[in-house]
Amino acid sequence: MLVYLIRRLGQSLLVVVVMATLVFLGVYAIGNPVDILVAPDAGAAEIARVTERLGLDKPMWQQFLTFAGNALQGDLGDSFVYGRPALEIILERMPATLELTFVALVLSTGLGVSLGLVAGLWPESVAGRTIMAGSILGFSLPSFWQGMLLIMVFSVMLGWLPAGGRGDTVEIFGGLRVSFLTWDGLVHMILPAINLTIFKMSLVIRLARATTREVVPQDYVKFARAKGVSRLRITFVHVLKNMMIPVVTIVGLELGSMIAFAVVTETVFSWPGMGKLLIDSINLLDRPLIVAYLMMTVLIIVTINLVVDVIYTLLDPRVRLAGTSA
Amino acid sequence: MSDLTTTAPRRKDTPLRRLARQFLEDRIAVAALAVFLAVALFTLLGPFIVPQNPYDLAQLDFMDGGLPPGSQSFSGMTYWLGTDTQGRDMLSAIAYGLRISLAVSFTSLILALIIGVAAGLAAAYFGGRIDTLIMRVVDIQLSFPSILIALILLALFGRGIDKVILAIVIVQWADFARTVRSSAIVERRKEYIEAAHCLGLSRQRTMFRHLLPNSLPPLIVLATVKIASAISLEATLSFLGAGVPITQPSLGLLIANGYDFLLSGRYWIAIFPGVALLITIVAINLVGDRLRDVLNPRLQK
Repeated sequence: MLVYLIRRLGQSLLVVVVMATLVFLGVYAIGNPVDILVAPDAGAAEIARVTERLGLDKPMWQQFLTFAGNALQGDLGDSFVYGRPALEIILERMPATLELTFVALVLSTGLGVSLGLVAGLWPESVAGRTIMAGSILGFSLPSFWQGMLLIMVFSVMLGWLPAGGRGDTVEIFGGLRVSFLTWDGLVHMILPAINLTIFKMSLVIRLARATTREVVPQDYVKFARAKGVSRLRITFVHVLKNMMIPVVTIVGLELGSMIAFAVVTETVFSWPGMGKLLIDSINLLDRPLIVAYLMMTVLIIVTINLVVDVIYTLLDPRVRLAGTSA
Repeated sequence: MSDLTTTAPRRKDTPLRRLARQFLEDRIAVAALAVFLAVALFTLLGPFIVPQNPYDLAQLDFMDGGLPPGSQSFSGMTYWLGTDTQGRDMLSAIAYGLRISLAVSFTSLILALIIGVAAGLAAAYFGGRIDTLIMRVVDIQLSFPSILIALILLALFGRGIDKVILAIVIVQWADFARTVRSSAIVERRKEYIEAAHCLGLSRQRTMFRHLLPNSLPPLIVLATVKIASAISLEATLSFLGAGVPITQPSLGLLIANGYDFLLSGRYWIAIFPGVALLITIVAINLVGDRLRDVLNPRLQK
């Protein structure tokens, strides 16, 4: 187990290093940020001054070594636009994104598993068919357009919910700003959370239905039924428990993709998270911010994958045994 | 089974015919296929049947800007889906936008399919180090969300149709490679491959004429799903401002342009291109769903 853990940790580190190199090469080798940062009528002296201040006059390998050395100390450079450390700005925006993602994750898992269970237990029923048709619609709707529909119906036509922004926030744990604890913040969060939920929920429904249909004909379910266990108990203990193993794994792995997809939701709803920051930075060619966002996201995703992998290995005896014998 | 009695005994029952027959048993799937064919036809013929070329400025009348669906132009033409703020007929804009959306997604799908199949087959056939190398790259890539990879690439390359295609190809080849490899590895151990070797057939022939056709079913299902996701990805990237250039607006960019007018109540500029997008994607996904059932050996009677 320890060998496996160390090997897995090594792999994750390698991925982070490879991604860092690719991101650096890509971001620093293409385009010239100076063109954007100085006024169009600036003279050569002004351009040279800015270039030197940003360290863009040095050779590429030297820039990379500086970048790698600083990155190890948590310094990803100053934002060209804000003139402050890029990592600091990303960390400021991160709670908004994580809060939204977390709410959407809970919603999509809870609703997805229950609806998928219904569709899997009664696949031919009206409810089952409706749920499956709905799920196809759910993952076919491009998420940005679905968000716009939500705004049109609930903000423009009905006027019930705000169309954008984060609303009031409160500080908890000394400095962490969250909006789900204020009424105004909660109201602002409803539409973006639904927007981010629908796509993932559709995937969870399909997965939950498929695994339910695989679990139901198993011998232990038949045996429980023969033994006279109540239907309710069979559903919630025998079926639900066994069905959750693959579902939890996939949902865990999808967390990273939800953080990335928050880019779209945040843009549609002007949610001030790090995804909207990324889009703004791409438009302004603010390289340190782009790099900081990417490194942060890569780190989060690699960590999630590592944790899910390890937990999965610990939970499922079949995988555990296969791992030790190999 | 009823199949035995309905099939004419003398006609050869090829796998393709069996597949088509099973596919046609499901009414929703048939309807979806019909809708998709209609969309494809509209995409091909669109420029010849819609009332105006939305990118020929001489045909636009600024006075007709922002009209709601069904209004009449000064010259007596009906704007069935309304106009945008520059007096562009939305139906015409959608016809042209659909062409770009579908051209981008089908081109990238075919390229990704070719690269992915070649890589997956090579990994399965040669095994060893080649297999490890290819699959390691695939694993790393698949552990990152597609939207993130596409956004990074477009942030680096800038906007442009060719760049969007490149980004989608890079995002999607890995899925194909993994699917082809896993089904090819199963097939490789079967006797007909051994027989092909014994007959002295060349490697290429064994790979492409024997291994590939037998590894196809999961690939067909994946390809339909991936067309839908390519269309959606292109639209999303264009909406975020990282996709196609303004001079060649796809459906995604049309929606992005309409987004600014949504809050002022001119919903048709953003909603109708979205409906076109949705119809196309749902139709493809429904077809893919049915194909998955038909091609899945575990669900065969």
